[in-house]
Amino acid sequence: MSRIAAKFVSASSAGRKLLIPFITAGDPKPEFSVPMMHAMVAAGADIIELGVPFSDPMADGPVIQRASERALAKGMSLRKVLTLVSDFRKQDQDTPIVLMGYLNPVEAMGYENFAEAAKTAGVDGVLTVDIPPEEAEEYVVLLKAREIDPVFLLAPNSSNERIKKMDAAGSGYLYYVSLKGVTGAGHLDLDEVEKKIQQIKKYTKLPIGVGFGVKDSQTARSIARIADAVVVGSALISKIESSPDDLEKAKQGIVDLLSSMRQAMDS
Amino acid sequence: MTEKYHMPDERGHFGPYGGMFVAETLMLPIQELNQAYQRFMKDPEFIAELDADLQHYVGRPSPLYYAKRWSRELGGAQIYLKREDLNHTGAHKVNNTIGQALLAKRMGKTRIIAETGAGQHGVATATVAARLGLECVVYMGAVDVERQALNVYRMKLLGAKVVAVESGSKTLKDALNEALRDWVTNVDDTFYIIGTVAGPHPYPAMVRDFQTIIGREAKHQCKVQTGRMPDALVACVGGGSNAIGLFHPFIDDVGVKMFGVEAAGDGIATGRHSAPLCAGRPGVLHGNRTYLMEDDDGEIIETHSISAGLDYPGVGPEHAWLKDIGRAEYVNITDDEALQGFHALTQMEGIIPALESSHAMAYTMKLAPNMDKEQIIIVNLSGRGDKDMHTMAQREGIKI
Repeated sequence: MSRIAAKFVSASSAGRKLLIPFITAGDPKPEFSVPMMHAMVAAGADIIELGVPFSDPMADGPVIQRASERALAKGMSLRKVLTLVSDFRKQDQDTPIVLMGYLNPVEAMGYENFAEAAKTAGVDGVLTVDIPPEEAEEYVVLLKAREIDPVFLLAPNSSNERIKKMDAAGSGYLYYVSLKGVTGAGHLDLDEVEKKIQQIKKYTKLPIGVGFGVKDSQTARSIARIADAVVVGSALISKIESSPDDLEKAKQGIVDLLSSMRQAMDS
Repeated sequence: MTEKYHMPDERGHFGPYGGMFVAETLMLPIQELNQAYQRFMKDPEFIAELDADLQHYVGRPSPLYYAKRWSRELGGAQIYLKREDLNHTGAHKVNNTIGQALLAKRMGKTRIIAETGAGQHGVATATVAARLGLECVVYMGAVDVERQALNVYRMKLLGAKVVAVESGSKTLKDALNEALRDWVTNVDDTFYIIGTVAGPHPYPAMVRDFQTIIGREAKHQCKVQTGRMPDALVACVGGGSNAIGLFHPFIDDVGVKMFGVEAAGDGIATGRHSAPLCAGRPGVLHGNRTYLMEDDDGEIIETHSISAGLDYPGVGPEHAWLKDIGRAEYVNITDDEALQGFHALTQMEGIIPALESSHAMAYTMKLAPNMDKEQIIIVNLSGRGDKDMHTMAQREGIKI
């Protein structure tokens, strides 16, 4: 069983839901990332989604776009993200890491080189926003051969047919994009999300994480009631953004938000 | 080539290029678009309406003009200009926006969005949106908003909202990113009119099919006016819509050489250019696999060209395929050479070309003298130069 699957199994038997924070690797500075990751685990994070910065983040809202720009300006790259993961693994062999990003940096490295390097670094899952299962046959095989979970997105307008496709191609969990829009966008409609998750559950046994639009502890609690995991990104990055030069302050900002979400989800 | 050229496959692949590389929320809208497009392209009523609009609104067919004086001056092949600059709105872009807007209406969409670089596609989109009474939002890089101020004003007059995009390099690629973000947010009522033969399937094939009117007319006109086929075709390539429009109907005519002219900016060696086919490598951006300008880590790098319409780090996937199979040759022209092409055509033929098209003119000046007098070149004069007066004057130190 993969480290990700194991997390979901043990949470499920303990009756708790997973909290999955997202930060962009290297934002605001590469040396902040690993300490922030450890702080998030201490604050109750079960899995960490680590954003790989890309020059053209088409699916992201302004907050994560700016995070990408800051990280790239500090020289961040896919290879350097993998180095950060290796560094993180020196102290933490338990928390799964999912790399989230766009396909082109992976294309530039080559699928097999990437899969191999990710395995060596200690990556557990890969969520590549702009590769649907139709285009991902070779990619998925290379990842799965190294016990890395390919995580796929589902959207409010995904048909049953596509849910089945994601179920077949994906492993670890499926990431449900709770609204039509970019990361960090407007308000999500909880009734709609619940209905869709029920529909998705008919076609897959994979756990469902919900993200896009989770801003505060209240939303986190509501989502935790209907999904297996809560993903939070832009709200955390806003905290980091307001303390770009002060690691302790940035850490405190994200720890406070995650702790309040953890508490709300567990109560 | 014994087998007839037939691309792309049903999932939009031109060999290894093209495809549908989009986030999940866009899969449904592009599949719906593909179904609508496949259906209406076989619908005689739709085709009749499109043809009538192209004739009466756009002003087609555009002339195939024999540039006699310029041909004589260059002393080689006879040069014919396909006059897309004479279309309504002043460029080839409208061939495509008319088609896509009719499709949008048939699909019941009420809101149109578009990206634009030079502003020609934005103007062509705002124009058809005004005519059909559709809401229109055009995304344009902040840098381009400044250097193409005249077209921004035209779009506003036509009732479009122009959004200056401040992210990334603030040019065409960033406008495309922002349009995709809008689309993903407003998929239910919004139709995204992409202006070039890039993006996820079906856009590269669909935009091509709307633009092949250029090549179909040119082929017929050349036969009628000269009694024979051309020996070479020349067109500028940014995303590559005017080039594929001219090339595609000739692909099976192996005797016809094809030259796509990319923007070399300050020169390929300087790195400040927009020539992914000449100096880039394959990758994935904006929904398709194609040649890109990127660094070793796969980050897209900033491009440069004097012409905003060629200032794009990618290129249509079909051009990537035509390059790899050797059917078309891709060459490049610097900013300075393009200016020579601009002045040559203006002075020799009394036609002021767009800076984009000036790249094709400049390459023709290199090509024609090395061909026989009996040979024929068709050059796509994809747009007129009025929009570039400001850029030209500034470059040459003249105050208007």
